[in-house]
Amino acid sequence: MNYLHHIGAYFLMLREVFKKPQKWKVFWEMLFREIDDLGLKSLGITAFISFFVGGVVSIQTALSVESPFIPKYLIGFATMRSVVLEFAPTFISIILAGKVGSFITSSIGTMRVTEQIDALEIMGINSINYLVLPKVIAALFFYPILLAIAMFLGILGGWVAGLITELFFTEDYLFGVQLDFNPYIIKYSFIKLVVFAFVIVTIPAYHGHKVEGGALEVGRASTKAVVWTSVVIILLNYFLTQMLLG
Amino acid sequence: MLEVKDIYKSFGDFPVLKGISTFFEKGKTSMVIGQSGSGKTVLVKCMLGLFEPDSGIISYDNRIFKDLDENERREIRQEIGMVFQGSALYDSLTVEENVMFPLKMFTNKTRAEMIDRANVVLNRVNLVDKNHLFPSELSGGMKKRVAIARAIVMNPKYLFCDEPNSGLDPKTSIVIDNLIKEITQEFDIITVINSHDMNSVMEIGDKIVFLKNGIKAWEGSKDNIFETDNEAIVDFVYSSNLYKKIKQAHLKGL
Repeated sequence: MNYLHHIGAYFLMLREVFKKPQKWKVFWEMLFREIDDLGLKSLGITAFISFFVGGVVSIQTALSVESPFIPKYLIGFATMRSVVLEFAPTFISIILAGKVGSFITSSIGTMRVTEQIDALEIMGINSINYLVLPKVIAALFFYPILLAIAMFLGILGGWVAGLITELFFTEDYLFGVQLDFNPYIIKYSFIKLVVFAFVIVTIPAYHGHKVEGGALEVGRASTKAVVWTSVVIILLNYFLTQMLLG
Repeated sequence: MLEVKDIYKSFGDFPVLKGISTFFEKGKTSMVIGQSGSGKTVLVKCMLGLFEPDSGIISYDNRIFKDLDENERREIRQEIGMVFQGSALYDSLTVEENVMFPLKMFTNKTRAEMIDRANVVLNRVNLVDKNHLFPSELSGGMKKRVAIARAIVMNPKYLFCDEPNSGLDPKTSIVIDNLIKEITQEFDIITVINSHDMNSVMEIGDKIVFLKNGIKAWEGSKDNIFETDNEAIVDFVYSSNLYKKIKQAHLKGL
Protein backbone atom coordinates (compact mmCIF):
# COMPACT_ATOMS: atom_id res chain seq x y z
CA MET A 1 0.00 0.00 0.00
CA ASN A 2 2.87 2.32 0.84
CA TYR A 3 4.36 1.83 -2.63
CA LEU A 4 1.01 2.61 -4.23
CA HIS A 5 0.78 5.78 -2.16
CA HIS A 6 4.21 6.89 -3.39
CA ILE A 7 3.44 6.04 -7.01
CA GLY A 8 0.22 8.06 -6.78
CA ALA A 9 1.97 10.98 -5.10
CA TYR A 10 4.71 10.86 -7.76
CA PHE A 11 2.18 11.17 -10.58
CA LEU A 12 0.36 13.97 -8.76
CA MET A 13 3.71 15.74 -8.54
CA LEU A 14 4.20 15.30 -12.29
CA ARG A 15 0.86 17.03 -12.88
CA GLU A 16 2.21 20.08 -11.03
CA VAL A 17 5.54 19.92 -12.86
CA PHE A 18 3.96 20.33 -16.28
CA LYS A 19 1.92 23.42 -15.52
CA LYS A 20 2.74 26.65 -17.33
CA PRO A 21 5.65 28.47 -15.65
CA GLN A 22 4.52 31.52 -13.70
CA LYS A 23 7.10 33.75 -15.33
CA TRP A 24 8.88 32.70 -18.53
CA LYS A 25 11.81 35.04 -17.96
CA VAL A 26 12.56 33.39 -14.63
CA PHE A 27 12.01 29.95 -16.16
CA TRP A 28 14.64 30.59 -18.90
CA GLU A 29 17.14 31.80 -16.29
CA MET A 30 16.53 28.67 -14.22
CA LEU A 31 16.79 26.48 -17.32
CA PHE A 32 20.26 27.78 -18.21
CA ARG A 33 21.38 27.35 -14.60
CA GLU A 34 20.11 23.76 -14.62
CA ILE A 35 21.81 23.00 -17.94
CA ASP A 36 25.02 24.05 -16.25
CA ASP A 37 24.36 22.17 -12.98
CA LEU A 38 22.90 18.96 -14.39
CA GLY A 39 24.47 18.84 -17.84
CA LEU A 40 27.76 20.67 -18.28
CA LYS A 41 29.00 19.63 -14.85
CA SER A 42 28.37 15.99 -15.78
CA LEU A 43 30.36 16.24 -18.98
CA GLY A 44 33.71 15.36 -17.39
CA ILE A 45 32.60 12.20 -15.61
CA THR A 46 30.59 11.08 -18.66
CA ALA A 47 33.56 11.55 -21.00
CA PHE A 48 35.97 9.82 -18.60
CA ILE A 49 33.75 6.78 -18.03
CA SER A 50 32.74 6.40 -21.69
CA PHE A 51 36.31 6.54 -22.95
CA PHE A 52 37.57 3.88 -20.54
CA VAL A 53 34.52 1.63 -20.84
CA GLY A 54 34.99 1.66 -24.62
CA GLY A 55 38.63 0.72 -24.09
CA VAL A 56 37.78 -2.12 -21.71
CA VAL A 57 35.11 -3.52 -24.05
CA SER A 58 37.50 -3.58 -27.02
CA ILE A 59 40.31 -5.20 -25.00
CA GLN A 60 37.96 -7.83 -23.55
CA THR A 61 36.52 -8.59 -26.98
CA ALA A 62 40.00 -8.77 -28.53
CA LEU A 63 41.15 -11.21 -25.85
CA SER A 64 38.04 -13.35 -26.40
CA VAL A 65 38.52 -13.70 -30.18
CA GLU A 66 42.01 -15.07 -30.38
CA SER A 67 40.90 -17.80 -32.78
CA PRO A 68 42.26 -17.17 -36.32
CA PHE A 69 38.84 -18.17 -37.71
CA ILE A 70 37.13 -15.18 -36.11
CA PRO A 71 37.81 -11.95 -38.01
CA LYS A 72 39.42 -9.10 -36.07
CA TYR A 73 36.92 -6.57 -37.33
CA LEU A 74 34.47 -8.22 -34.95
CA ILE A 75 36.21 -6.28 -32.15
CA GLY A 76 35.15 -2.94 -33.65
CA PHE A 77 31.70 -4.29 -34.41
CA ALA A 78 31.17 -5.61 -30.86
CA THR A 79 32.57 -2.45 -29.25
CA MET A 80 30.32 -0.19 -31.32
CA ARG A 81 27.24 -2.32 -30.65
CA SER A 82 27.96 -2.60 -26.89
CA VAL A 83 28.67 1.09 -26.49
CA VAL A 84 25.75 2.36 -28.56
CA LEU A 85 23.13 -0.13 -27.42
CA GLU A 86 23.92 -0.44 -23.76
CA PHE A 87 26.95 1.21 -22.23
CA ALA A 88 26.33 4.76 -23.41
CA PRO A 89 22.61 5.08 -22.57
CA THR A 90 22.24 2.76 -19.58
CA PHE A 91 25.65 2.93 -17.93
CA ILE A 92 25.76 6.71 -18.21
CA SER A 93 22.21 6.97 -16.86
CA ILE A 94 23.10 4.88 -13.81
CA ILE A 95 26.13 7.10 -13.18
CA LEU A 96 23.98 10.22 -13.60
CA ALA A 97 21.34 8.75 -11.29
CA GLY A 98 24.02 8.73 -8.60
CA LYS A 99 25.62 12.06 -9.38
CA VAL A 100 22.68 14.20 -10.51
CA GLY A 101 20.01 12.29 -8.58
CA SER A 102 21.65 12.80 -5.21
CA PHE A 103 22.30 16.46 -6.06
CA ILE A 104 18.64 17.04 -6.93
CA THR A 105 17.29 15.27 -3.84
CA SER A 106 19.70 16.94 -1.45
CA SER A 107 19.24 20.42 -2.89
CA ILE A 108 15.43 20.25 -2.96
CA GLY A 109 15.36 18.37 0.38
CA THR A 110 17.52 21.02 2.04
CA MET A 111 15.23 23.72 0.65
CA ARG A 112 12.32 21.83 2.17
CA VAL A 113 13.80 21.44 5.68
CA THR A 114 15.09 25.03 5.76
CA GLU A 115 11.61 26.33 4.85
CA GLN A 116 12.76 27.77 1.51
CA ILE A 117 10.01 25.80 -0.24
CA ASP A 118 7.44 27.12 2.26
CA ALA A 119 8.72 30.61 1.45
CA LEU A 120 8.05 29.99 -2.26
CA GLU A 121 4.57 28.65 -1.60
CA ILE A 122 3.60 31.49 0.72
CA MET A 123 4.55 33.91 -2.06
CA GLY A 124 2.08 32.03 -4.29
CA ILE A 125 4.72 30.22 -6.34
CA ASN A 126 4.10 26.63 -7.44
CA SER A 127 7.31 25.26 -5.91
CA ILE A 128 7.25 21.96 -7.84
CA ASN A 129 6.80 23.68 -11.18
CA TYR A 130 9.37 26.35 -10.34
CA LEU A 131 12.04 23.90 -9.14
CA VAL A 132 11.47 20.74 -11.17
CA LEU A 133 10.32 21.80 -14.66
CA PRO A 134 13.60 23.56 -15.59
CA LYS A 135 15.50 20.47 -14.42
CA VAL A 136 13.35 18.15 -16.53
CA ILE A 137 13.71 20.31 -19.64
CA ALA A 138 17.46 20.76 -19.05
CA ALA A 139 17.94 16.99 -18.77
CA LEU A 140 15.76 16.19 -21.80
CA PHE A 141 17.64 18.76 -23.84
CA PHE A 142 21.20 18.13 -22.69
CA TYR A 143 21.41 14.41 -21.94
CA PRO A 144 21.05 13.41 -25.61
CA ILE A 145 24.11 15.62 -26.25
CA LEU A 146 25.91 13.79 -23.43
CA LEU A 147 24.84 10.50 -25.02
CA ALA A 148 26.25 11.48 -28.41
CA ILE A 149 29.54 12.44 -26.74
CA ALA A 150 29.54 9.21 -24.71
CA MET A 151 29.00 7.10 -27.86
CA PHE A 152 31.77 8.85 -29.73
CA LEU A 153 34.23 8.66 -26.83
CA GLY A 154 33.36 5.03 -26.11
CA ILE A 155 34.20 4.01 -29.68
CA LEU A 156 37.28 6.26 -29.64
CA GLY A 157 38.36 4.68 -26.34
CA GLY A 158 38.11 1.24 -27.93
CA TRP A 159 40.33 2.32 -30.83
CA VAL A 160 42.92 3.98 -28.54
CA ALA A 161 43.03 0.79 -26.42
CA GLY A 162 43.81 -1.17 -29.58
CA LEU A 163 46.59 1.23 -30.50
CA ILE A 164 48.16 0.96 -27.06
CA THR A 165 47.80 -2.80 -26.60
CA GLU A 166 48.38 -3.69 -30.27
CA LEU A 167 45.69 -6.36 -29.98
CA PHE A 168 44.10 -5.33 -33.31
CA PHE A 169 44.69 -3.04 -36.27
CA THR A 170 43.04 0.31 -36.83
CA GLU A 171 41.71 -0.75 -40.25
CA ASP A 172 39.98 -3.82 -38.77
CA TYR A 173 38.53 -1.82 -35.93
CA LEU A 174 37.17 0.96 -38.16
CA PHE A 175 35.77 -1.58 -40.62
CA GLY A 176 34.01 -3.37 -37.75
CA VAL A 177 32.58 -0.14 -36.37
CA GLN A 178 30.96 0.64 -39.74
CA LEU A 179 29.95 -2.94 -40.51
CA ASP A 180 26.22 -3.61 -40.88
CA PHE A 181 25.43 -0.17 -39.50
CA ASN A 182 21.75 0.24 -38.70
CA PRO A 183 20.69 3.80 -37.80
CA TYR A 184 17.77 2.41 -35.78
CA ILE A 185 20.12 1.40 -32.97
CA ILE A 186 21.11 5.05 -32.55
CA LYS A 187 17.43 6.01 -32.46
CA TYR A 188 16.75 3.23 -29.92
CA SER A 189 19.60 4.49 -27.75
CA PHE A 190 18.33 8.09 -27.81
CA ILE A 191 14.77 7.00 -26.99
CA LYS A 192 16.05 5.05 -24.00
CA LEU A 193 18.13 7.97 -22.79
CA VAL A 194 15.28 10.48 -23.03
CA VAL A 195 13.11 8.18 -20.88
CA PHE A 196 15.98 7.67 -18.42
CA ALA A 197 16.68 11.43 -18.30
CA PHE A 198 13.09 12.04 -17.25
CA VAL A 199 13.40 9.42 -14.50
CA ILE A 200 16.81 10.72 -13.34
CA VAL A 201 15.26 14.12 -12.59
CA THR A 202 11.72 13.37 -11.45
CA ILE A 203 12.27 10.52 -8.97
CA PRO A 204 14.98 12.37 -6.98
CA ALA A 205 12.88 15.57 -7.15
CA TYR A 206 9.92 13.67 -5.68
CA HIS A 207 12.08 12.30 -2.85
CA GLY A 208 13.57 15.73 -2.16
CA HIS A 209 10.25 17.53 -2.17
CA LYS A 210 8.63 15.23 0.38
CA VAL A 211 11.48 15.26 2.92
CA GLU A 212 10.44 16.00 6.49
CA GLY A 213 12.89 16.50 9.32
CA GLY A 214 16.51 17.55 9.11
CA ALA A 215 19.91 16.75 7.63
CA LEU A 216 19.66 13.04 8.43
CA GLU A 217 16.36 12.71 6.55
CA VAL A 218 17.81 14.61 3.58
CA GLY A 219 20.71 12.13 3.50
CA ARG A 220 18.35 9.16 3.71
CA ALA A 221 16.13 10.60 0.99
CA SER A 222 19.17 11.04 -1.30
CA THR A 223 20.17 7.41 -0.83
CA LYS A 224 16.62 6.22 -1.40
CA ALA A 225 16.29 8.38 -4.51
CA VAL A 226 19.48 6.97 -6.07
CA VAL A 227 18.43 3.39 -5.33
CA TRP A 228 14.91 3.83 -6.73
CA THR A 229 16.09 5.75 -9.77
CA SER A 230 18.59 2.96 -10.57
CA VAL A 231 15.94 0.26 -10.07
CA VAL A 232 13.47 2.07 -12.33
CA ILE A 233 16.14 2.62 -15.00
CA ILE A 234 17.06 -1.07 -15.00
CA LEU A 235 13.40 -2.13 -15.24
CA LEU A 236 12.61 0.40 -17.96
CA ASN A 237 15.73 -0.68 -19.82
CA TYR A 238 14.36 -4.21 -19.95
CA PHE A 239 10.88 -3.16 -21.09
CA LEU A 240 12.13 -0.62 -23.63
CA THR A 241 14.54 -3.16 -25.11
CA GLN A 242 11.73 -5.67 -25.37
CA MET A 243 9.43 -3.08 -26.97
CA LEU A 244 11.89 -1.46 -29.35
CA LEU A 245 14.14 -4.33 -30.34
CA GLY A 246 12.13 -7.41 -29.45
CA MET B 1 -8.48 43.24 9.36
CA LEU B 2 -7.32 39.62 9.50
CA GLU B 3 -9.86 37.44 11.21
CA VAL B 4 -9.91 33.79 12.21
CA LYS B 5 -13.23 32.28 13.28
CA ASP B 6 -13.70 28.97 15.00
CA ILE B 7 -10.71 27.22 13.47
CA TYR B 8 -10.39 23.49 14.01
CA LYS B 9 -7.46 21.45 12.76
CA SER B 10 -6.51 17.85 13.49
CA PHE B 11 -3.69 15.61 12.30
CA GLY B 12 -5.11 12.09 12.14
CA ASP B 13 -7.01 11.62 15.41
CA PHE B 14 -4.99 14.27 17.19
CA PRO B 15 -6.75 17.64 17.46
CA VAL B 16 -4.28 20.54 17.38
CA LEU B 17 -6.58 23.57 17.12
CA LYS B 18 -9.93 23.47 18.88
CA GLY B 19 -12.06 26.40 17.83
CA ILE B 20 -9.70 29.38 17.74
CA SER B 21 -11.26 32.78 17.05
CA THR B 22 -9.48 36.10 17.08
CA PHE B 23 -8.61 39.09 14.89
CA PHE B 24 -5.53 41.14 14.04
CA GLU B 25 -5.57 44.85 13.25
CA LYS B 26 -3.63 47.21 11.00
CA GLY B 27 -0.64 49.04 12.41
CA LYS B 28 -0.48 46.74 15.43
CA THR B 29 2.03 44.08 16.30
CA SER B 30 0.07 41.01 17.39
CA MET B 31 1.79 38.12 19.11
CA VAL B 32 0.59 34.52 19.13
CA ILE B 33 2.25 32.94 22.14
CA GLY B 34 2.14 29.60 23.90
CA GLN B 35 4.26 26.65 24.91
CA SER B 36 5.77 24.34 22.32
CA GLY B 37 2.98 22.12 20.98
CA SER B 38 0.23 24.59 21.88
CA GLY B 39 -0.77 24.95 18.23
CA LYS B 40 0.58 28.41 17.42
CA THR B 41 2.64 27.30 14.40
CA VAL B 42 -0.32 25.32 13.05
CA LEU B 43 -2.57 28.36 13.52
CA VAL B 44 -0.15 30.59 11.62
CA LYS B 45 0.28 27.96 8.87
CA CYS B 46 -3.53 27.79 8.56
CA MET B 47 -3.62 31.57 8.20
CA LEU B 48 -0.92 31.40 5.55
CA GLY B 49 -2.80 28.73 3.63
CA LEU B 50 -0.06 26.12 4.10
CA PHE B 51 -2.55 23.97 6.05
CA GLU B 52 -6.24 23.71 5.21
CA PRO B 53 -8.29 23.99 8.45
CA ASP B 54 -10.84 21.19 9.07
CA SER B 55 -13.44 23.88 9.72
CA GLY B 56 -13.66 27.58 10.42
CA ILE B 57 -13.02 30.77 8.49
CA ILE B 58 -9.91 32.78 7.78
CA SER B 59 -10.73 36.17 6.36
CA TYR B 60 -8.27 38.66 4.87
CA ASP B 61 -10.09 42.03 4.83
CA ASN B 62 -13.42 40.25 4.32
CA ARG B 63 -12.00 37.87 1.69
CA ILE B 64 -12.74 34.40 3.02
CA PHE B 65 -9.69 32.31 2.11
CA LYS B 66 -11.42 28.96 1.66
CA ASP B 67 -13.97 30.45 -0.76
CA LEU B 68 -11.32 31.85 -3.09
CA ASP B 69 -10.09 30.19 -6.26
CA GLU B 70 -6.40 29.53 -6.86
CA ASN B 71 -5.80 32.88 -8.63
CA GLU B 72 -7.50 34.88 -5.87
CA ARG B 73 -5.50 32.98 -3.25
CA ARG B 74 -2.33 33.77 -5.18
CA GLU B 75 -3.27 37.46 -5.10
CA ILE B 76 -3.63 37.34 -1.31
CA ARG B 77 -0.34 35.50 -1.00
CA GLN B 78 1.35 38.32 -2.87
CA GLU B 79 0.06 40.67 -0.18
CA ILE B 80 1.74 38.58 2.51
CA GLY B 81 5.31 38.95 3.73
CA MET B 82 6.79 36.18 5.83
CA VAL B 83 9.86 36.08 8.03
CA PHE B 84 10.78 32.49 8.82
CA GLN B 85 12.44 31.18 11.98
CA GLY B 86 15.54 30.16 10.04
CA SER B 87 15.21 33.14 7.63
CA ALA B 88 14.67 30.75 4.65
CA LEU B 89 16.91 32.74 2.34
CA TYR B 90 17.77 31.12 -0.99
CA ASP B 91 21.31 29.81 -0.62
CA SER B 92 22.20 30.16 -4.28
CA LEU B 93 21.17 33.83 -4.44
CA THR B 94 23.00 36.87 -3.09
CA VAL B 95 21.42 39.22 -0.56
CA GLU B 96 20.29 41.53 -3.36
CA GLU B 97 18.90 38.68 -5.47
CA ASN B 98 17.04 37.27 -2.45
CA VAL B 99 15.37 40.62 -1.85
CA MET B 100 14.65 41.11 -5.55
CA PHE B 101 13.17 37.62 -5.92
CA PRO B 102 9.47 38.52 -5.29
CA LEU B 103 9.83 41.55 -7.60
CA LYS B 104 11.26 39.32 -10.31
CA MET B 105 8.41 36.82 -9.98
CA PHE B 106 5.48 39.19 -9.67
CA THR B 107 6.33 42.52 -11.27
CA ASN B 108 7.50 43.74 -14.65
CA LYS B 109 10.11 46.10 -13.25
CA THR B 110 13.41 46.46 -15.06
CA ARG B 111 16.55 45.13 -13.41
CA ALA B 112 17.64 48.66 -12.49
CA GLU B 113 14.28 49.39 -10.87
CA MET B 114 14.44 46.13 -8.93
CA ILE B 115 17.94 46.91 -7.67
CA ASP B 116 16.77 50.38 -6.60
CA ARG B 117 13.83 48.93 -4.70
CA ALA B 118 16.03 46.26 -3.09
CA ASN B 119 18.45 48.96 -1.95
CA VAL B 120 15.59 50.99 -0.45
CA VAL B 121 14.39 48.09 1.71
CA LEU B 122 17.91 46.95 2.57
CA ASN B 123 18.65 50.47 3.77
CA ARG B 124 15.40 50.39 5.72
CA VAL B 125 16.58 47.33 7.64
CA ASN B 126 19.99 48.98 8.11
CA LEU B 127 21.86 46.53 5.95
CA VAL B 128 24.22 48.34 3.64
CA ASP B 129 27.15 47.13 1.52
CA LYS B 130 26.13 43.49 1.86
CA ASN B 131 24.24 43.23 -1.44
CA HIS B 132 26.64 40.81 -3.08
CA LEU B 133 27.18 38.47 -0.15
CA PHE B 134 25.57 35.03 -0.02
CA PRO B 135 23.42 33.96 2.97
CA SER B 136 26.21 31.65 4.19
CA GLU B 137 28.42 34.73 4.63
CA LEU B 138 25.96 36.54 6.93
CA SER B 139 25.43 36.47 10.71
CA GLY B 140 22.09 35.32 12.15
CA GLY B 141 20.97 38.91 12.75
CA MET B 142 21.89 39.96 9.23
CA LYS B 143 19.98 37.00 7.77
CA LYS B 144 16.90 38.10 9.72
CA ARG B 145 17.27 41.62 8.34
CA VAL B 146 17.50 40.28 4.80
CA ALA B 147 14.44 38.11 5.46
CA ILE B 148 12.55 41.19 6.71
CA ALA B 149 13.70 43.18 3.67
CA ARG B 150 12.49 40.40 1.35
CA ALA B 151 9.18 40.24 3.25
CA ILE B 152 8.48 43.98 2.85
CA VAL B 153 9.87 44.52 -0.65
CA MET B 154 6.41 44.05 -2.25
CA ASN B 155 4.74 46.44 0.25
CA PRO B 156 2.73 43.68 1.94
CA LYS B 157 -0.54 44.24 3.75
CA TYR B 158 0.15 41.37 6.12
CA LEU B 159 3.45 40.45 7.74
CA PHE B 160 3.93 37.12 9.50
CA CYS B 161 7.02 36.36 11.58
CA ASP B 162 7.78 32.92 12.95
CA GLU B 163 10.01 33.13 16.02
CA PRO B 164 11.92 36.11 14.63
CA ASN B 165 14.37 36.14 17.56
CA SER B 166 15.17 32.48 17.55
CA GLY B 167 18.93 31.95 17.72
CA LEU B 168 19.75 35.64 18.22
CA ASP B 169 21.56 37.26 21.15
CA PRO B 170 19.41 39.49 23.42
CA LYS B 171 20.76 42.74 21.98
CA THR B 172 20.17 41.74 18.36
CA SER B 173 16.73 40.40 19.36
CA ILE B 174 15.72 43.84 20.60
CA VAL B 175 16.98 45.44 17.38
CA ILE B 176 14.95 42.98 15.26
CA ASP B 177 11.85 43.43 17.49
CA ASN B 178 12.02 47.19 17.18
CA LEU B 179 12.56 46.95 13.44
CA ILE B 180 9.41 44.84 13.05
CA LYS B 181 7.46 47.23 15.26
CA GLU B 182 8.66 50.29 13.31
CA ILE B 183 7.87 48.67 9.96
CA THR B 184 4.38 47.70 11.16
CA GLN B 185 3.58 51.27 12.09
CA GLU B 186 5.37 52.90 9.17
CA PHE B 187 3.70 50.73 6.50
CA ASP B 188 0.44 50.43 8.48
CA ILE B 189 0.34 46.66 8.04
CA ILE B 190 -1.11 43.78 10.01
CA THR B 191 1.77 41.99 11.74
CA VAL B 192 1.37 38.60 13.38
CA ILE B 193 4.34 37.22 15.28
CA ASN B 194 4.53 33.66 16.47
CA SER B 195 6.78 33.62 19.52
CA HIS B 196 7.47 32.27 22.96
CA ASP B 197 10.01 34.94 23.78
CA MET B 198 8.49 36.95 26.64
CA ASN B 199 11.01 39.77 26.14
CA SER B 200 9.58 40.32 22.64
CA VAL B 201 6.03 40.08 23.93
CA MET B 202 6.63 42.76 26.53
CA GLU B 203 8.69 44.90 24.16
CA ILE B 204 6.45 45.10 21.07
CA GLY B 205 3.24 43.09 21.67
CA ASP B 206 0.28 45.41 21.05
CA LYS B 207 -2.04 42.43 21.16
CA ILE B 208 -1.32 39.03 22.65
CA VAL B 209 -3.15 35.79 21.86
CA PHE B 210 -2.19 33.00 24.23
CA LEU B 211 -2.80 29.42 23.11
CA LYS B 212 -2.81 26.40 25.37
CA ASN B 213 -3.45 22.86 24.15
CA GLY B 214 -5.05 24.18 20.97
CA ILE B 215 -7.45 26.53 22.73
CA LYS B 216 -7.27 30.30 22.94
CA ALA B 217 -6.71 30.55 26.69
CA TRP B 218 -6.35 34.33 26.86
CA GLU B 219 -6.05 37.47 24.77
CA GLY B 220 -5.32 41.07 25.60
CA SER B 221 -2.59 43.69 25.58
CA LYS B 222 0.79 43.45 27.28
CA ASP B 223 -0.48 45.79 30.03
CA ASN B 224 -3.44 43.47 30.69
CA ILE B 225 -1.00 40.67 31.47
CA PHE B 226 -0.08 42.38 34.73
CA GLU B 227 -3.69 42.63 35.83
CA THR B 228 -5.12 39.34 34.67
CA ASP B 229 -6.02 36.49 36.99
CA ASN B 230 -6.18 33.95 34.16
CA GLU B 231 -4.20 31.03 35.55
CA ALA B 232 -2.97 29.74 32.20
CA ILE B 233 -1.31 33.00 31.10
CA VAL B 234 -0.05 33.76 34.59
CA ASP B 235 1.56 30.31 34.74
CA PHE B 236 3.14 30.80 31.34
CA VAL B 237 4.37 34.35 31.78
CA TYR B 238 5.48 34.14 35.38
CA SER B 239 7.39 30.92 35.01
CA SER B 240 10.33 33.35 34.91
CA ASN B 241 11.42 34.90 38.24
CA LEU B 242 12.22 38.13 36.43
CA TYR B 243 8.59 38.58 35.40
CA LYS B 244 7.37 37.63 38.86
CA LYS B 245 9.43 40.54 40.18
CA ILE B 246 8.22 42.87 37.42
CA LYS B 247 4.62 41.98 38.22
CA GLN B 248 5.11 42.57 41.93
CA ALA B 249 6.70 45.93 41.12
CA HIS B 250 3.79 46.74 38.71
CA LEU B 251 1.19 45.88 41.38
CA LYS B 252 3.01 48.06 43.89
CA GLY B 253 2.86 50.86 41.33
CA LEU B 254 6.64 51.14 41.04
